[in-house]
Amino acid sequence: MKRRSPFLFTMLGFGFAFFYIPILSMIVYSFNASRLATVWGGFSTKWYGSLMSNGQVGKALWLSLEIAVISSTCATIFGTMAGIALARFTKFRGRTLFSGLVTAPLIMPEVITGISSLIFFILMAQYVGWPAARGFTTVTLAHITFSMVFVTTIVQSRMLSADRAIEEAAMDLGSRPWQVMKDITLPVISPAILSGWLLAFTISMDDVVITNFTTGPGTTTLPILIWSKVKLGVTPDINALATLIVLAVGVCVLAAGVAMNRAEIKRERDRRMAYRANE
Amino acid sequence: MTEPLVRIEGVSKSFGTFQAVKNVSLEVAKGEIFSLLGGSGCGKTTLLRMLAGFEAPTVGKIFIDGVDMSAVPPWERPVHMMFQSYALFPHMSVEKNVGYGLKHEKMSAAERQDRVRQMLDLVQLTPFATRKPHQISGGQRQRVALARALARQPKLLLLDEPLAALDKKLREHTQFELMSIQERTGVTFIVVTHDQEEAMTLSDRIAVMDQGVVRQIGKPGAVYEFPNSRFVANFLGSINAWEAKVVSIGEVITVDVPALGQQVQARFIQGLAVGQTVTLALRPEKITIHRSPVEGVNVIAGEVKDLAYFGKDSLYRIALPSGQLVSVHAVNANRGAEEDRLADWYDKVWLTYPPASAILLVE
Amino acid sequence: MGRWFHRRGWSDIIIGAPYVWLLVFFLIPFLIVVAMSFATRTSTAPPFGYGGENPLFNLAGYARLFTDALYIRAFVTSLINAAVAMVLCLAVGYPMALGLTRVEKGWRNILLMLVILPFWTSFLLRVYAWMGLMGANSWFNRLISGAWNWLVPQAWAVTSVPLMHTNFAVVLVMVYTYLPFMILPLYANLERLDPTLDEAAMDLGSRPFAVFRDVTLPQSIPGIIAGGMLVFIPAAGELVIPTLVGDSSSPMIGRVISDEFASARDWPMASSVAVALLILMVGPMMVYSHFEARAQTKEKSE
Repeated sequence: MKRRSPFLFTMLGFGFAFFYIPILSMIVYSFNASRLATVWGGFSTKWYGSLMSNGQVGKALWLSLEIAVISSTCATIFGTMAGIALARFTKFRGRTLFSGLVTAPLIMPEVITGISSLIFFILMAQYVGWPAARGFTTVTLAHITFSMVFVTTIVQSRMLSADRAIEEAAMDLGSRPWQVMKDITLPVISPAILSGWLLAFTISMDDVVITNFTTGPGTTTLPILIWSKVKLGVTPDINALATLIVLAVGVCVLAAGVAMNRAEIKRERDRRMAYRANE
Repeated sequence: MTEPLVRIEGVSKSFGTFQAVKNVSLEVAKGEIFSLLGGSGCGKTTLLRMLAGFEAPTVGKIFIDGVDMSAVPPWERPVHMMFQSYALFPHMSVEKNVGYGLKHEKMSAAERQDRVRQMLDLVQLTPFATRKPHQISGGQRQRVALARALARQPKLLLLDEPLAALDKKLREHTQFELMSIQERTGVTFIVVTHDQEEAMTLSDRIAVMDQGVVRQIGKPGAVYEFPNSRFVANFLGSINAWEAKVVSIGEVITVDVPALGQQVQARFIQGLAVGQTVTLALRPEKITIHRSPVEGVNVIAGEVKDLAYFGKDSLYRIALPSGQLVSVHAVNANRGAEEDRLADWYDKVWLTYPPASAILLVE
Repeated sequence: MGRWFHRRGWSDIIIGAPYVWLLVFFLIPFLIVVAMSFATRTSTAPPFGYGGENPLFNLAGYARLFTDALYIRAFVTSLINAAVAMVLCLAVGYPMALGLTRVEKGWRNILLMLVILPFWTSFLLRVYAWMGLMGANSWFNRLISGAWNWLVPQAWAVTSVPLMHTNFAVVLVMVYTYLPFMILPLYANLERLDPTLDEAAMDLGSRPFAVFRDVTLPQSIPGIIAGGMLVFIPAAGELVIPTLVGDSSSPMIGRVISDEFASARDWPMASSVAVALLILMVGPMMVYSHFEARAQTKEKSE
């Protein structure tokens, strides 16, 4: 039985209004002809035009994508290894420290991660000579470090919920441990690895604070570009840029949602098939 | 007996301070269906996992076909296992699952395909070859697991609670199927189960385990009819058990049972002395109910206290003058109209049993 | 099974690679910050001295934390802002999460996606969206100042409500950006609850509110704690929101760390403040979550 409570439904309505009114308002004002961002001066698409002709934005977007692809791929490799290690190897030297290292970046305030990475890179440049200057490399290294632990969390929980007997079964049927990993473990956890990669990618694309600390002159990612403009106030061209980003992300999330829904429908059909096979 | 296929020699296994298996020694012959029977936590699964190679014995040795298995990893043992959860690979089709173990065999693709087809035929799953595990029923999954474990023609097949996940009707049917497949393939089976009926129907021999120790090994009939301890008697079927004192020893043994308030006779066993305290064990189905007084030995008078009707048979609980209750199992041979019942609530009845059916237990 | 995995060297790689990475790029930088908090500020480059003519444990930074009102105020402001944001998130998020569990299945997936959608869009842009709303000339500001003027006597009338650059704005935007972090764990928790327990309580004579108080609420405490931590921890160390919409005369601690570091170039002081932030606010939560995670792993492996 489902109880319908008017209070809960009002709160849901209020909550979603709270979520979406600011975003909708931002989208509407991106079509504002007036240069004053908060005063309506008629409909216009000129800010989109000026955005397109602004090469800075395209360059920043491309740089962000490059960093995000590299860092999320590395983060997925290391994060998956750590997730498997924590889920499968219950006893090894330094496990407590390791599991601490894997949770700490999740809850460490970004400012602290940011300044500690910055100090580290400055001292590295001074005493080791690598990375010589702050920029692409340092930003990527920092992104790998703080996004890999998100991958670890996802992979680890998938590993813990998987039936360990299937790995034993493969071993029992003649596979060596590395073959078990390749044939069984990795394919079974591959959805978790994929969502880990997506999360790491999003985190990297979205990061301001840590990037701001670890970047150097000439390395301006999209969030850093927006950050430097937004600090000066609300401008209509940022509204236009924000609208494009929100729409792009919205379309992706929507597509993912539809795909997941389809998969669920298929699973339901399979269940019915299994049920019929029973008779 | 020739060299046994499996020889377990003084094997113990500890996890930290917990001793899961304590000094177990047993042998399993080629072609046998051997059951490890016991409640949860009795060590039967640990023993099975040691045979598969997933756990190493803390003490003792395991030989399979005469070879010491201590240094042999699971993937090199001539042993395959059917897991309780079936452990089918969720991302592979039925035929890929069945063929997985053959990847490690030196055989051509055609031979491999042949073997897979043969296995699917054996378990009657050919029409489902391309389905994924979540697209078939529980009973079919069980058969895939069986086919997969048999595909590499192991010398020994380990089955961990093979029927536990199936519903009652399917279980009975599958039991016979398992037996016929074992007969056709000739592979030795070691079955772990907590279900005594399953163990009795399937097995050539049973080992009853309790708290890491093997309490008794024998043919199902022998273990059931001649249990060596109160634990085994209780675990396999139900039993009436009373403390008794040996009065005289002859062709049969006469004991005095305070709970019954009289002396009764039991089957002769070796090694008892007059005056010794033993347990008199009597299975409910060995007792006959009479509506009128009878002459002879082993006659116990009482009153029907409770009656449970199961259909094909009924369970009576008879109260004795001492207040003790005796369970009696009787087949309902007559059509079940109420007046045809053997006895009814509060009827006075007389119970008898042949002396040979009563067992005396020292443990 | 573990023993066969352990025998092979490749397991060392699986453990070793991420371990070494985190040691080098996370633990060492963190230890440097801890060491830095005991260093002395100098006019060299890099701007600190440690050992040699400087004391090994210079506690001047920590001493200033207790004597300089700036730091104490920053800590108090952060604590209050984060706590208020957490409570407001709970007040709005709990009914929403509970409401989500009561919606029919088809709709529920759509609404859940709508909760997650802002989470995937840029954090910075979500803060920015509020900057547009809170400005003195914005339609939103005119709407609420109009409502205010209509409610109160003429003498208190205002032309606009001061929203931007206040602590209120910081809390409001924190609630806005962190609300999904509260709703999602709460929803996950509430969705797992057995609905027959509610029915049993009702059957035993409880009215809906009593059912909520006696059955639902106690069982959802783990969700409340998880959501609360996910909001409180990042809120306490928040840098972006106070920088964009906050009152620069009463900065939050994240901003103080950043300013000490970048503008004042006082690395030791920035490090002291960072270590203090960890010890005071994040440390207790880290310890809690460590034990929580360990208890969960143990439960699952058993």
